[in-house]
Amino acid sequence: MTDAAVAKPPRNQWWDVWDQFKSHRGALISAVIFIAIILIVLIGPMIWPYEPTKTDIRNKNMRHMLSCFGLDWGAIAGCLVNPTESGIKVSWWHPLGTDQLGRDLFARMMFGGRISMAVGVTAMLIALVLGTAVGVISGYFKRFDWALMRLTDLFLALPLLPLLLVMVMLFRAPLSATFGTEQGIFILMVTAIGITSWMPTARIVRADVLAIKEREFVLAARSIGTRPRKMIMRHLLPNVMSPIMVSATLGIANAIITESALSFLGLGFPPDFPTWGRLLNDGVQYMQAYPERVMWPGIFISVIVLCVNYVGDGLRDALDPRIRGL
Amino acid sequence: MLTFTIRRLVFAVPTLLFIALVIFLLLELAPGDPMAQVPLTVPPEVKEAMRQALGLGEPVPIRFWKWLVQFFWIEPQVFIDWLTNKSFLFGWLPDTDVYVPCSDATRAYCDQRVISWQTRSPVMDIVMQRMPQTLTVVGLSYVVGILIALPIGIYSAYRQYSVFDQVGTFVSMIGYSVPPFFSGVLVIVVFSVVLGWFPSIYDTTHRVTDWDSFVYQVKQMIMPVMVLALQTTAQISRFMRASMLDNLNQDYVRTARAKGMTEWVVVLTHVLRNSMIPVVTVIALGVPAVFGGAIITEQVFKVNGLGQLLITAIQANDLPMVQTITFIFAILIVLFNLIADVLYGVLDPRIRYD
Repeated sequence: MTDAAVAKPPRNQWWDVWDQFKSHRGALISAVIFIAIILIVLIGPMIWPYEPTKTDIRNKNMRHMLSCFGLDWGAIAGCLVNPTESGIKVSWWHPLGTDQLGRDLFARMMFGGRISMAVGVTAMLIALVLGTAVGVISGYFKRFDWALMRLTDLFLALPLLPLLLVMVMLFRAPLSATFGTEQGIFILMVTAIGITSWMPTARIVRADVLAIKEREFVLAARSIGTRPRKMIMRHLLPNVMSPIMVSATLGIANAIITESALSFLGLGFPPDFPTWGRLLNDGVQYMQAYPERVMWPGIFISVIVLCVNYVGDGLRDALDPRIRGL
Repeated sequence: MLTFTIRRLVFAVPTLLFIALVIFLLLELAPGDPMAQVPLTVPPEVKEAMRQALGLGEPVPIRFWKWLVQFFWIEPQVFIDWLTNKSFLFGWLPDTDVYVPCSDATRAYCDQRVISWQTRSPVMDIVMQRMPQTLTVVGLSYVVGILIALPIGIYSAYRQYSVFDQVGTFVSMIGYSVPPFFSGVLVIVVFSVVLGWFPSIYDTTHRVTDWDSFVYQVKQMIMPVMVLALQTTAQISRFMRASMLDNLNQDYVRTARAKGMTEWVVVLTHVLRNSMIPVVTVIALGVPAVFGGAIITEQVFKVNGLGQLLITAIQANDLPMVQTITFIFAILIVLFNLIADVLYGVLDPRIRYD
């Protein structure tokens, strides 16, 4: 019995994490969908022949290919094979349809996805770095604890959505002038979302650091004269990795939703620069005649966020050693 | 408990002052000019006089102090006068006259209220006009959301891993993930555009006078209320479930069952009462977030409430209005944090802050 246990080759702990993660079916499926969407969004625009901003007024207001299924039973197959003869304005070249200026919605969706993902990941990284720094410093150095935690409380008491709206309104013009319209707004969005969403991470990391600080291995490390810098990098950070990873996944979802909400309220990216929130906002005007224009971006935002939430759920279980052993 | 409450109240004052300062300094950077809409034919010295009248010429600390005085000293006076003179609840009290309006030229001194740059009328008057719409939609949705969430949470904890629980988990995951600006648009597409059951725009001028107008009111409220309630339900049912699960395996539950109590009494009297403690605080903490979420929902359904007022004020560069509304949201957050903390101590005798 013990021999068998000893004979088993030592294994990286991440394999255990992966095994546990695999057993959460929802999380696994979500991870696959998430990666698939990322790949489509990254590679798609290189292959797809249409530019997201290329207008083609002759092919404006095209419907999506699914509208073939709204035809009579006999006509569906014909419509799918030869869309131009079907009587409705559909084409395989524009599977999701085109907008009021004839811009291809598939290209716009892919391009918008790139921006939304980029905003989500970058804002999450900023929030993560800030939150981890605040959490580790206030947990490890007692003299900063009180001040940093009061700061966190103050930030938690700020009305975030109104403040984000105000920040976007204020800094849009100066930043656009300095960095160019797109880069300026990207920087603005990412920073604004980042500095308003680091607080939960800071609290979780601080609590974990406080607990780990009292453990024997930290005492041992200190007794051989480890410097605080080394102590944090070597001993504390690896041990608080799991809550950080979980809040990273949830942070992406939060950032994507916030960016879309701001774009939806008309205070995000400019109209000719599509993001999913912006496309949704543009589609609202044409909602009655072309409901698909709000459906595509809305569905993609929801699916991405749902996947990210499930992955976060699975990661939390997988990284928790108490559950993993079972 | 009382000392704790007082200590928290005292600590809330610097917090609120700091938040007010942050908002004020942020708005100080605003590039907008309230005189931008004034015709070019108006001579510059008149424009300068108009700026002075809006209180713009003075240095930042003085303007911040004046705003504080206006918000915390003058506006409450107006409110007290309104309560005792006109309001339905306190109209029987003797009429007070603490606020001195500037329109009354016979007096040497007058109180300047917070004036909106957009409409040139007092900000708080507009806020009070918009408040009922927000409160009916947001308040009702929160109540509906809680009423749906509690039974779902209780039952999915009681039948953990059953089909009901799995479906409940999935639905609340969706409720978390679908942002209100999409779920709102989605229900408009389905129920207004395709089915034509409900109006897509909330008509705030509608008055309930008879049965038909009441039915119309219900119809126009269903969609915004349900969209907001979906989010509330998703969060609170999860909390309720987790909290019930924590308690269902406790020793006192086994004791209660061993005494021969019915499942109904065990679950709904013993377990539920203990599980409600954290849930009640979560409910209190969620109130400000719902107001924040209403900003988007109001925009989707064109409800002219507080959130819509904030958005139009931001677009019109109406800084006093933005400052005041944002600060009202901050007060809500601080207040409900305090309520949650105090409630937790009151409900749970094991928690003692002193």
